[in-house]
Amino acid sequence: MSSASIPAARPFESSLGAKLLALFILAYACYALGQLDFSWPRFVKGIDNGARFLDRMFPPSFKNWDQLLTGFIESMQIAVLATFFGVLISLPIAILGARNLMPSWATWPARLIVTLCRAFNPVIVAIIFIKAVGFGALAGVLALVMGSIGFVGKLFMEAIEEISMKQIEAIRATGAPFASVVAFGVLPQVMGRLVGFCTYQLDANLRNSTMVGIVGAGGIGGTLFAAFQRFEYDFVLAILITIIAVVLLGELLANYVKRIFNGES
Amino acid sequence: MVSHELTATPLMSRVWQRHTLAQKLSRLSLWLLIGVAVLLSLSSISVIWEFLWDAPEQMADMGSRMWPLDFPYYPATVHAALLETFHIATLGTLFSMVLALPLAILAAHNITPHAGLNLFAKTMLVASRSVNSLVWALLFVAVFGPGPLAGTVAIACRSVGFVGKLLGEALEEVPRGSIEALKAAGATQGSQILYGYWPAVKPAFWSIMLLRWDINVRESSVLGLVGAGGLGMAMNAAIDLFQWDRVAVILLTIFAVVVIGEVVITYFRRKLI
Repeated sequence: MSSASIPAARPFESSLGAKLLALFILAYACYALGQLDFSWPRFVKGIDNGARFLDRMFPPSFKNWDQLLTGFIESMQIAVLATFFGVLISLPIAILGARNLMPSWATWPARLIVTLCRAFNPVIVAIIFIKAVGFGALAGVLALVMGSIGFVGKLFMEAIEEISMKQIEAIRATGAPFASVVAFGVLPQVMGRLVGFCTYQLDANLRNSTMVGIVGAGGIGGTLFAAFQRFEYDFVLAILITIIAVVLLGELLANYVKRIFNGES
Repeated sequence: MVSHELTATPLMSRVWQRHTLAQKLSRLSLWLLIGVAVLLSLSSISVIWEFLWDAPEQMADMGSRMWPLDFPYYPATVHAALLETFHIATLGTLFSMVLALPLAILAAHNITPHAGLNLFAKTMLVASRSVNSLVWALLFVAVFGPGPLAGTVAIACRSVGFVGKLLGEALEEVPRGSIEALKAAGATQGSQILYGYWPAVKPAFWSIMLLRWDINVRESSVLGLVGAGGLGMAMNAAIDLFQWDRVAVILLTIFAVVVIGEVVITYFRRKLI
């Protein structure tokens, strides 16, 4: 059998299904573009607008730095309080919702709370809280507390469900009450991951507090939106640069905190 | 059980501790820092506490205004807005895929062994992630004018950072073996990416895209608040007119979409991985 008679093998040829899927996605993209009334002239005009916009943004203006600072301090306060209370509330909820520790009458209400908190975007929750407690930082804190419960609660619940039950059984066998089982059996196994979730959530809350401000819930978002409406695009850019810098700094700080708590040094 | 000779030795009388003194101090100072930050924030934040005690009453009032849900509003306006939200999220995710692929390749130091390019790509990805999608939408509404185009571009810009970061990390974890085999066979850089890296990261890639699509559906439902199309625009109109029964219909719609989305995503993820 000579090698010439074998048809050239194509080892990486994609299957018919994959081709059809790609075709379908392409067709959908064209359909959706039509539905959303996208057109080339509009896009080009937008690029033109964008160039003018960028032109007005540069150079960034830090001359209203006192407004920037006030807004940022409020954002930080919102983020710190929301993370603190969010984590504090999500701890018992996560323990109640863990299926390996609790009977089903306790797990499903806890899971329902977490799902409800996760379902709505912080901005929508913020709008509802603005109705309830008025404009200002309090609405932002409450909205982000709910968001934190949804996120930390869910991940923490999953972490608890993945722990080794052997240590729990050992502690239970000594006749320890439930509080001791949690303190000496559950928490040591999940502490490292919890610290990770908390630092991530603080970071996320800082970013989100820029967002809830746009609808009037306090923080740098309010400053940003006000600058936008006054067409002070150079100040907008200054705020954006500061947000990016603070988020970057926060990421570095989070790594440091994780090192201290997880004891790898 | 415990022999007295052993307990008497100096080694056993040593007190064992889990943490060193430095570790203890750093932990203690961190706890103190957290406490101080919370107390400082609590004491200086500008909050009118009377409003908080008033909140249950206000919530009850809002609930009573929402109650007879305005269901005829759904076919009239909400359904079209919902479809628009869906298109914004899906198109935005597709665009972000196209943009994130080259950036992820540039950010992965094993494919692009050039520190400057890595840094450039990573900075772009961080900038994209740090700016919230609502802020991106605000920027693009100013550029493209109000409407779904601004929303789609905003979703794409926000997603690039997320997809690019996770994909870049997945690319960096690709085992060297298959790549070296391809290199030894004389494969070009393009062939290495297509036949070495791509099959290795394919499952991760699709799961990242699904995750981001899920997030985007949620986020695009609020972009309308700044005028970028979709459900948020309908909600903004209803809130401005205090039509809380309509707001309730929209909230219910969002909740239903999130639940359905979760089910669909779980199904696809199980099929993919």
